[in-house]
Amino acid sequence: MIHKYKLNGLNIVLDVHSGGVHLVDDITYDLLDNVSPPFEEECPKWVIEKMMRFHDERDVITCYNEIVQLYNEGVLFSEDDYEKYAAYSVASPVKAMCLLVEQDCNLRCEYCFASTGDYGLGKRMHMSFETGKKAMDFLLENSGDRENLELDFFGGEPLMNWDVVKQLVEYGRSREKEYGKRFRFTVTTNGMLLDREKMDFINKEMSNVVLSVDGRKDVNDRVRKRVDGTGSYDRIMDKYKEIVELRDHENYYVRGTFTKYNLDFAEDVVHLYEQGFDQISVEPVVSEPSMKYAITERELPAIFSEYERLANIILEHDKQGRHFNFFHFMLDLDQGPCAIKRLRGCGSGNEYVAVTPEGDIYPCHQFVGIEKYRMGNINDGTFNTDIKKEFAAAHIYNKPDCRKCWAKFYCSGGCNANNYIYTGNILTAHKLSCEMEKKRLECAIMIKAAKAAEEAGVLSE
Amino acid sequence: MKHIVTINKANLKKTAAKGGCGKCQASCQSACKTSCTVANQKCEK
Repeated sequence: MIHKYKLNGLNIVLDVHSGGVHLVDDITYDLLDNVSPPFEEECPKWVIEKMMRFHDERDVITCYNEIVQLYNEGVLFSEDDYEKYAAYSVASPVKAMCLLVEQDCNLRCEYCFASTGDYGLGKRMHMSFETGKKAMDFLLENSGDRENLELDFFGGEPLMNWDVVKQLVEYGRSREKEYGKRFRFTVTTNGMLLDREKMDFINKEMSNVVLSVDGRKDVNDRVRKRVDGTGSYDRIMDKYKEIVELRDHENYYVRGTFTKYNLDFAEDVVHLYEQGFDQISVEPVVSEPSMKYAITERELPAIFSEYERLANIILEHDKQGRHFNFFHFMLDLDQGPCAIKRLRGCGSGNEYVAVTPEGDIYPCHQFVGIEKYRMGNINDGTFNTDIKKEFAAAHIYNKPDCRKCWAKFYCSGGCNANNYIYTGNILTAHKLSCEMEKKRLECAIMIKAAKAAEEAGVLSE
Repeated sequence: MKHIVTINKANLKKTAAKGGCGKCQASCQSACKTSCTVANQKCEK
């Protein structure tokens, strides 16, 4: 299977099953509409005749030979032979955990999928040290031979339960050696309670920190409001600059959400860059389509065009030596994850779980409160392996829309939670998310291709 | 080649046979939390 598209004056061809990315000229681009395996030794006469309406015969023949050569090298029209690997990793150890240390929040963000902290459960709760400890023991004991254990302190707002966060980090460090493992702690915060003591602790112990902010002050403050209705931007920005500076600008993200209110979100990305941040993620809101800020199919053309504009902004900035990473455009074409990893996405419910303050275990933070997917409880030792098996089987070959999609080895079947929330089935792709993901991938590959084209000095228009 | 430039060096197929060690980060933990992009993760083998 190949996927070809034109973007930014480039003709790009992706060979889906080898991951091959090719820049081609116009003749090759047109020829690929007319030829596919099995290939004859020479270009079929009817193809030459058809192509000669617009192209030179000798060029058509040369192109054909180049296509056949790449096919023989296994980087064009390569076969899909990965399904046999999908049975692997079914009995995966649990290696990552989202710990909801605080089911309460000091912000009232309009679009919060966690319903401003309580996950729609109607009660605001703190995780006790005892429950957190049991959750970490669960991870240590269920992680098999995995050495790197990931534990994200999440909420609500995790810094509202700071003493427990510190105690749990200390506890993890005291136990990891005897198990021959290493905790990689991360924290996702809205920044409201950040102070120097917390910054120093986070920078010492956390391998990544995610700092929530949506971009420009007016954009941020319209939706990310404090309990009294005022905006949060002024309270957090200087703190974010300070913590990032203190960790030498490494291993962090400023992370925002865009909604229908700011379809010009490239401006927010640029704003964050201009504030001194170079690791930036700005992502589409997840919400009921009826909400006034929701992204629906109607917004897609504007979003596609904005992603393209952002890709060009990034290329321009790069040329000026002003590099920054946009999370959704990051792509490593040479040393990215292996094919096995790409069969299953995030691993939710299989190698990744979320634990609530009450000790309930869910496939991930976005499933919290959905009783059908409550996998068990840390306190009573229950863990439903049938649900784990269901998520282990949620690979791209069991998702009908994914197995035939060109993007399947990049998004790996998408977000199971989005699928369930929007379609009622973890195996049914949420089309709106897919469309945005595919556009992001096209832009990300284009950025790589544009740089390669500049280096090669050919084929670009 | 005159008409085609291949811009990547790796072949995904070669990663299948020895892949699946599980050392890499769970993708959702890195920044997103509401979407899924796996291809930007790093292989840590």
